[in-house]
Amino acid sequence: MFEFAAELSCRTGLLRGVRVLRALCTPSGAAPAGRFQFRRFVGAGLVCLLAVVMLGATPASRFDKVGHEMMCACGCGQILLECNHVGCPDSDRMIGELRDQIAGGGSDSAVMSWFETKYGATVLAAPIRGGFDNVAWIAPMAVFLLATIGTGLLVRMWSQRSAQRRSVSAAGPVLGGDAVRERIRRETEY
Amino acid sequence: MRLHPMPEFGSFTLLLALALSAYTLVMGGIALWRTRGMAAGVDGGAGRLGETARRAGISSFVALSCAAFALVWGSFTNDYSVSYILHHTNRDLNTAYKFSALWSGQEGSLLLWAWLLSAYGFVLRIRHKVDVRLSAFASTILAGIQVFFLLLLNFAAPPFAIQPGPVATDGFGLNPLLQYPEMVIHPPMLYLGYVGFSVPFAFALGALMMRYPGEKWIHITRRWTMVTWLFLTCGIFLGAHWAYSVLGWGGYWGWDPVENASLMPWLTGTAFLHSVMMQEKRGMMKSWNVWLIFSTFMLTILGTLLTRSGIVSSVHAFAQSSIGDWFYGFILIVFAVCLFTFFKQRDHLKSENRLESLVSRESSFLFNNLILLAACFTVLWGTLFPVLSEYVQGTKVTMGAPFYNRVNLPIGLFLLFLTGIGPLLAWRSTSLRSIRRNFILPSIAMGVALVVLLGVGVRPWQAGDDWQATLFSLVTFTLAAGVITAIAAEFLRGANVVATQTGKNLVASTVLLVRRNTRRYGGYVVHFGIVVMFIGIAGGAFNQSHEQEMGFGDTLKLGPYRLVCKSYTQDSNKNYDTEYALMDVFRGSKKITQLAPEKRFYIASQTSSTMVALHSTLASDLYVIYEGQNPDTDRPIIKVFLNPLMNWIWIGVLIVVAGTFLALVPNLARTSARAAAETPVIEAEVHHV
Repeated sequence: MFEFAAELSCRTGLLRGVRVLRALCTPSGAAPAGRFQFRRFVGAGLVCLLAVVMLGATPASRFDKVGHEMMCACGCGQILLECNHVGCPDSDRMIGELRDQIAGGGSDSAVMSWFETKYGATVLAAPIRGGFDNVAWIAPMAVFLLATIGTGLLVRMWSQRSAQRRSVSAAGPVLGGDAVRERIRRETEY
Repeated sequence: MRLHPMPEFGSFTLLLALALSAYTLVMGGIALWRTRGMAAGVDGGAGRLGETARRAGISSFVALSCAAFALVWGSFTNDYSVSYILHHTNRDLNTAYKFSALWSGQEGSLLLWAWLLSAYGFVLRIRHKVDVRLSAFASTILAGIQVFFLLLLNFAAPPFAIQPGPVATDGFGLNPLLQYPEMVIHPPMLYLGYVGFSVPFAFALGALMMRYPGEKWIHITRRWTMVTWLFLTCGIFLGAHWAYSVLGWGGYWGWDPVENASLMPWLTGTAFLHSVMMQEKRGMMKSWNVWLIFSTFMLTILGTLLTRSGIVSSVHAFAQSSIGDWFYGFILIVFAVCLFTFFKQRDHLKSENRLESLVSRESSFLFNNLILLAACFTVLWGTLFPVLSEYVQGTKVTMGAPFYNRVNLPIGLFLLFLTGIGPLLAWRSTSLRSIRRNFILPSIAMGVALVVLLGVGVRPWQAGDDWQATLFSLVTFTLAAGVITAIAAEFLRGANVVATQTGKNLVASTVLLVRRNTRRYGGYVVHFGIVVMFIGIAGGAFNQSHEQEMGFGDTLKLGPYRLVCKSYTQDSNKNYDTEYALMDVFRGSKKITQLAPEKRFYIASQTSSTMVALHSTLASDLYVIYEGQNPDTDRPIIKVFLNPLMNWIWIGVLIVVAGTFLALVPNLARTSARAAAETPVIEAEVHHV
């Protein structure tokens, strides 16, 4: 969401972003008043967010940000701005190119595309080209969400079954006080 | 024909170790097969066969120790007829590094692995009377793993291979990055952890094969698992500290495939340590636990495969090695054996109890497992995705720190959250009253922390491009305040109950409380250490750096510090040439220290290395790097980092180590009948059930 907002603000400018948001927040036909209020609130929040994101984007911080999202092409496996080999054949030149590209006024994604075209996809520190690259981001989140939901459902199912069993055995014999105490002690040890 | 007595002795002892391990595997297996289904104490003569197998296993440790000694001897006596010694040492190498050369290359590190495995096997076989039959199963399985590594050492990666041609007068030297004191300790620690997980794996597989009744095997392996986990933890963090101190890029974790390979079994091992408690206390999650330890062991093998087969690129990987095929085969065999045994014996793994409530200790363990496994999956996915991408798209991609940091951030925060709330929940079900009582104080602490943090300026909306990192740190600090309060309150509540029951003061009551249940309170200390580490990691959001060319008397300012260049020069000794700068460090007008960042060029290996200069305090680290000389001006380029809260990461690790030691200490013995009668009542009150 935040990245989308940042990208939107970079690509279209804040004012156009505000117009988009205003269009999004305009009530359509006979929408209930509460819904309108909510959308206006969300819209206002997004505008503020866009403004905040835009305020911080200085060339120096952009250089630092983009430079940390690319790898040095020398094969050291280090982030471009962190490559510190003596006599590295690539990092100085690449850092110079990065300064030029940022000074040229291109967006972050345009700068990274330029580097990708010149040095190949491995120069990007994370896959961001769309298509199959998206799988890299989606798979961990999908597995995490599915596992969380699955675990939640499993726990709920087990607890319901246990509740049913407890209600059936409620009429059964009651354990002695010592046995209960011993069981509590055993089960509350960490 | 030249004679090489020591290398030939080493080769012979490796072959002997293989024969002895194979004997342990085969004869141990036959003995166990012949005694299947027999009552305890009746073995029909198989016991003697099993005993010979056990003794052969013990002897294999002696044989492998001799092989390791032969390699070290070759290193100390500069025997460059041995290819491995020629490529990993040189005459002028420091004594400690000549010793550590044993594990600096592929063949040597495999020998270290096999030797440590045999050492673990030695201890297990000596202590076999804890449970003779279960130990016999575990010993036989360990022998199977050892046979694999010894096959590698004898036929695929022999450490005593003789260099063809005339003997060289000097070696090529040790990789300069490894010439650092921590590197003498870090690999053995990591390997002790890596290899150590073979033991709980062997016990788990053995217990499943023999349908071992009850949970006693968990009690037997608990110390093994914890000690192994501790070694792996120390190994990982020594590696991180080494990377921070030596690599000179200002960070400690780069998500390199080799680092990932050590982290994955740590994550599953941590999950196992948690969920195994559910099996001990409630007889639940037996299948889950068995697969957790199977996975942990297989991940240790997979990690070795990843870093040695060349399928992923890493600065540490031994690419293009042929031993990858051996590892593929071994992992397949291990997986097949685990799967077959599991399906054959799965009726033995039925849970005795079911989970009763969503808000309970059991479900917190489940979610904890989920989070740890999600983190493990993410790391594995990131490590293997370049291979998958190349297969699908025809082009490799890089999975660097930006990917891992973004994906693992929510997972890490969820884990921190669970670290705090998990231990506060009761087994089986937590009442609303208990939740209110346990969570009100941490919630207040979190609220106060949030207000204070916002007050002192941790405001993501004012952080510009760094807003994500600042937000992460804000959430981490706030959660940490809640978790630390929860842990402190738990100690205090327990100590108060003990004080009421015994009449002792609060300090004595706390000590008594901890000694009565070292495992529980050791666990709390470990959790506290993890929170402290998170605080240190979150401090990274406020890192600053500056790079500048500095001549005599030039000044560089960063944060509260001012660095003044006093001199810069070149020097050399037999081992390396060096360039360094002397920098006076001022805070305000007061000179606090002098630092000498350095760049070394090692003569034997023709490679360079950074020597970082560090001024470390609890608040921040001033981290100074000599980047090199500007060829036009001959003046040094100095890069300085100011890394806030960095020391808290290492302090957190020390607390984790202390907590694990505490958890390993046996509980205080109950000395009197009265005390024994009182204890359940106290425990029940302490744990508010």
